[in-house]
Amino acid sequence: MSARAIRRRLTPYVLVLPGWLWLLIFFVVPALSMLSVSTMTGDDLNGFKQTFHFGTYVDAWNQYHTQIVRSLTYGLIATVLCLVIAYPVAYWIAFRGGRYKSSLLFLLLLPFFVSFVIRTQSWEFMLDDHGMVLGVLRTLHLEGILHTVGLVGSGGQILQTSTAVVGGLVYNFLPFTILPIYVALERVDPALLEASADLYASKAVAFRKVVLPLSMPGVFAAVLLTFVPVASDYVNAQILGGAKTTMVGTVIQTEYFTNLNYPLAASLSFILMAVLLVGIFAYAKALGTDDALEMAAA
Amino acid sequence: MANEPGLGPDLARGLTEPRLNRRRFLQIGGLGALGLGLTACGIPGSKSSGGNLGGQAWRDEIGKFWSQQKQTNVLNFENWPLYIDVGKGSDHPSLDLFTKETGIKVNYKEDIQDDASFYGKIAPVLKAGQNPGFDLMVITNGFELENLFARDWLIPLDQSRMSNFYTYASDLAKDPSYDRGNVYTMAWQSGITGIGYNPKLIGKEITSWNDLLDPKLKGKVGMFADNQDLPCSALCAIGVNPEISTPADWTKAADWLKKQRPSVRKYYDQSYIGALKRGDLWASMAWSGDVFASQADNPDLRFVVPKEGAAIWTDNMCIPVHASHPLDAMIYMDYVYQPRIAAMLADYINYITPVSAVQPIFQKEAKAATSKSDKQYYQNLSTSPMIFPKPADFAKLHRYRVLTADEEVKWNALFEPIYQA
Repeated sequence: MSARAIRRRLTPYVLVLPGWLWLLIFFVVPALSMLSVSTMTGDDLNGFKQTFHFGTYVDAWNQYHTQIVRSLTYGLIATVLCLVIAYPVAYWIAFRGGRYKSSLLFLLLLPFFVSFVIRTQSWEFMLDDHGMVLGVLRTLHLEGILHTVGLVGSGGQILQTSTAVVGGLVYNFLPFTILPIYVALERVDPALLEASADLYASKAVAFRKVVLPLSMPGVFAAVLLTFVPVASDYVNAQILGGAKTTMVGTVIQTEYFTNLNYPLAASLSFILMAVLLVGIFAYAKALGTDDALEMAAA
Repeated sequence: MANEPGLGPDLARGLTEPRLNRRRFLQIGGLGALGLGLTACGIPGSKSSGGNLGGQAWRDEIGKFWSQQKQTNVLNFENWPLYIDVGKGSDHPSLDLFTKETGIKVNYKEDIQDDASFYGKIAPVLKAGQNPGFDLMVITNGFELENLFARDWLIPLDQSRMSNFYTYASDLAKDPSYDRGNVYTMAWQSGITGIGYNPKLIGKEITSWNDLLDPKLKGKVGMFADNQDLPCSALCAIGVNPEISTPADWTKAADWLKKQRPSVRKYYDQSYIGALKRGDLWASMAWSGDVFASQADNPDLRFVVPKEGAAIWTDNMCIPVHASHPLDAMIYMDYVYQPRIAAMLADYINYITPVSAVQPIFQKEAKAATSKSDKQYYQNLSTSPMIFPKPADFAKLHRYRVLTADEEVKWNALFEPIYQA
């Protein structure tokens, strides 16, 4: 092989080098060092020593499995709600937005120019016992419905219940669901819809057989981009949550920054990461698209 | 671990390096860090210069440090929000007065939201031997202050520059159990962690921690999400003095908290006071000064030291190692112990002032007041048990439990799952 041919074969690898380096420095190295921290023992004053103590994982699970399971449950509910809200919105903007598409997208993102914490905090004002939501429902004598559906807490409150936390999560992560779906729908060629109409497909059938399958990579990406950050969120539960809504993100944060219990925080992170990865691969398999990730990235 | 490729040396050192034990630190304490702090922003306090000094040598060394300090006319002060007097037009009258009388300009910042997160913020900086960017901070007695002591991250005070303190400091502020001899700290203000409640909403008065178990209060009770006030209050609830509590008592206190859980709306941070004012909470663990200050907005609110007892805490002024203007900080700390200055602060802050001579000043103000509302205000201030606790109250007030590292693990494992559930 000539030197020229070798160089040509190597070029792609050289070009991708910055990306690999990036991953190595900002993902692999920190992940490995956290992995090694997770099996250390000791305390902050006397220092931590590597003892390959895997018992921390067992302790972490025993102590905090409720919070891990709860985070996944909230993540699942919030992701489903996000999809239900996001798909029609994305569809409408993509197919009916016309020349206002970019303005509509901008409007969608506008609230998110305000700080995350402030937005969540304003939910607190809306949801408190004398706030807009409960106040209006009380005036309309509709409070009973919430009780029947079981959306309120023992004291008749919305704030400090799972309802408030999931609501906050849905609100805060909605754009991450809408945007990928929008991108996928936007790419659907309107000619395909005309073609299906020519072939006597009703609008519903055309949607089911043409639009929906073509938008699946977008849905898959949306689920990833929503579920993963929602399940590890630590702000919403802290501001809107109550005595029984702590998510594992908050626990990790407290263990790391307040209690300086690095091994416990690290092992909790790895448990969460493992569970999320297993869940995502199972989801990709179930979707029947082994290359769903590839499609999503395309 | 330290040799593991890729792991930053500071992280490796921070996580693995054995630290001085407390005894060793008492012998050589302060000096390694102090000396280095003088030469250049060098090495963390935990790395000692290796000397083995006895008590007198240590005092000499501190004296030498202070004799080398010069007044720089700059003071960077980190405090908690709403924890100093606020005037019309000028920001903080007591600070302006200080500048006028001493020539020291104060850069005042309110960046401390709670001890734990503030400690988390400054610990890496101090560990790296860097200047934290301020000269004076206010830290509550408890885990974080103990940590600062144990890691050698505070500059011992110049005892020769504490004349106001030794003349006017109340018994509560002088020689506290957590800092014998006021080696590192002077009290800023103290407070009580009792119960704040609204009798109009509840329909009765609260007198006991056990009132918070009442099923009628379900979803209307607030507790603190911390591992100091919450456990100590629970210990009081089961009739145990937290200071001398045993691990067996802790288990019982944790059981009490678990029994109470169904009534609890949320384990709160500082936001509890807003919820209490709004009426989302009917009764809540509360800091005395918060409730006093909130009575202006909601006159129905009451504060009680429960009959089983409660925790009393003190926020302390202290100087971090590597501070650039330690002498200016020292001058300020003593300055605020003059009764006239302490009165300016107490007038606004409404917590327990470390200067008891403030009470007669308020009484005089009440007498001299021309408007009725002013008279009422100063009368309330001078008679409020939240600002000047009565001797009978003091008998029921306890300091936090000081924990060894081993005990802390046990303690955290018991109480953390309760407020992080």
